[in-house]
Amino acid sequence: MNYTNGKYVFDIQNLNCYYGSFRAVKDTDLSIESKKITAFIGPSGCGKSTVLRTFNRMNDLIPSARVTGEVLFHGQNLYDPDVDPVEVRRRIGMVFQKPNPFPKSIYENVAWGARINGFKGNMDELVEQSLRQAALWDEVKDKLDQSGLGLSGGQQQRLCIARTIAPRPEVILMDEPCSALDPIATLKIEDLMRQLVKNYTIIIVTHNMQQAARVSDYTAYFLMDRDDRAGLLIEYGVTNEIFTKPKDQRTEDYITGRFG
Amino acid sequence: MTVSASTRTIAKTAAAAKSDLHKRLRLGESFIEAFLFFCGAVSILTTLGIVFVLGKESLLFFTSGEVTLWEFISGTEWQPAIGRFGIWALLNSTLMVTAIAMLVALPLGLAVAIYLSEYASLRARSILKPVLEVLAGVPTVVYGYFALTFMTPFLRSIFGDEIVQIYNTAAAGIVIGILVLPLVSSMSEDALHAVPYALREAAYGLGATKLETAIKVVLPAATYGVAAAFIVAISRAIGETMIVAIAAGAGPSFTFNPFESAETMTGHIVRISGGDLSYDSIDYNSIFAIGLMLFVMTLTLNIISRHVVKHFREEYE
Ligand SMILES: Nc1ncnc2c1ncn2[C@@H]1O[C@H](COP(=O)(O)OP(=O)(O)O)[C@@H](O)[C@H]1O
Ligand SMILES: [Mg+2]
Repeated sequence: MNYTNGKYVFDIQNLNCYYGSFRAVKDTDLSIESKKITAFIGPSGCGKSTVLRTFNRMNDLIPSARVTGEVLFHGQNLYDPDVDPVEVRRRIGMVFQKPNPFPKSIYENVAWGARINGFKGNMDELVEQSLRQAALWDEVKDKLDQSGLGLSGGQQQRLCIARTIAPRPEVILMDEPCSALDPIATLKIEDLMRQLVKNYTIIIVTHNMQQAARVSDYTAYFLMDRDDRAGLLIEYGVTNEIFTKPKDQRTEDYITGRFG
Repeated sequence: MTVSASTRTIAKTAAAAKSDLHKRLRLGESFIEAFLFFCGAVSILTTLGIVFVLGKESLLFFTSGEVTLWEFISGTEWQPAIGRFGIWALLNSTLMVTAIAMLVALPLGLAVAIYLSEYASLRARSILKPVLEVLAGVPTVVYGYFALTFMTPFLRSIFGDEIVQIYNTAAAGIVIGILVLPLVSSMSEDALHAVPYALREAAYGLGATKLETAIKVVLPAATYGVAAAFIVAISRAIGETMIVAIAAGAGPSFTFNPFESAETMTGHIVRISGGDLSYDSIDYNSIFAIGLMLFVMTLTLNIISRHVVKHFREEYE
């Protein structure tokens, strides 16, 4: 893969993830292209979130979690001993399954991450810009000082997206960002992702195949190995091809709903 | 089996089932219910009884003609012998002791709570929590003598014997601070613990350090719970009696100097009621007026803390 021209952001090599002695993900190789949406699909428990959380070292927060192999970010292994996970997370933002705005004002929610990252510029401008990018500005511009918790679920999730992009990360990780939302709010987030991908690399975990088909450029299909219950990557490629002519029988079974 | 026979069987079982729906007398259940009601009633009646006695005796005090309500709540001199009943002489030292206690307990208690909830390993927790519980279980009379025989000499060695009197509000206040520290830390820790993990994840995901997450996200999110802990601690410090009776001083004195001796409201009540008081003397009635005042203060604080806690719960439920 070619990293020097900036085409690929991440390159995972021989990744294995453990929780204690349980291997949750095994022998995974995967490259993520820049300024594209890559979707991780697969049945629940097959390690999608676990892999996603290696990209910003969120797994470090779980005491029993351990990782072997390499997660290269522009050629640098994020799991090198001298890499600071705090710095990694400043460059690689994350949106979670359930909207989790801080119990602070809408303005503060957006400004918070930028502020702790030492942002020195015009904060009002940054907040407005981030909210506009998250397609939320028009709905909240008159109530920036009200609590973020007062918004609807879909608005809260877009607030969380605004909060994530305010520190200007390079990559946005999304772990089932629409699973707590109604279909209309979900479509809004999907539109938003298509807008954001012009400036950001996005990796999304979803259990919703239609969603992966609608928004993503690339799709990775994960499945749990029957024998040792470890998740592994079955097939990875251009979304269109994965959904129209999958190479692996197991992928086909899953996307045609014959899985089980 | 014929059709009619089976229909009859069904009808019969249906009738049996119907009779089964009758109300049954569950004696054990009724007994326990009555017992629980009785327990609840006793605690309410006790409270009412206390309020009644406090109110009645205080009324006698204020209608005795020796002191007006205004003199009581505005005066700064408490000298029953010459008919001076100014509550500020006692209230001021109560407030001073409480303030000193809070200066010790709030920062320390909060620091312990943050450490326990955000930093401590399971091992550290399993050591520190029981230690705090032991601290909370020490009889207050022990704390009293600890104030008198350790804290006061300690203060004297720092500030000098001529500045720090043997009995002083500083030593009592500091030791009350240590006494309520476990209360502050355990209630605050509960509040910090109740903050959803998702908020910590959000902060870490934005590149926050552990300290930034604890101080700028978790603590503010737990504000109401922590505030409630502080209020309960204040109320506990105001009511604390043994430590001040032993270490703060045995004579009302209106002073703002924490190194001078000054009797608190609770300290005064114990000393006066410990002596031989005749039941219908003005002195005797006066301690009920002080008691009523204490009761009103702690009740107010507890009501405030209930509201604060309720607010905190609403935020996350
Ligand atoms: N914190 C954890 N501790 C122990 N096991 C975990 C933890 N998180 C996930 N797992 C296990 O790892 C496997 C993969 O989980 P996950 O990555 O969350 O799957 P997915 O996101 O595809 O549903 C599952 O078997 C799950 O039970
Ligand atoms: Mg998951």
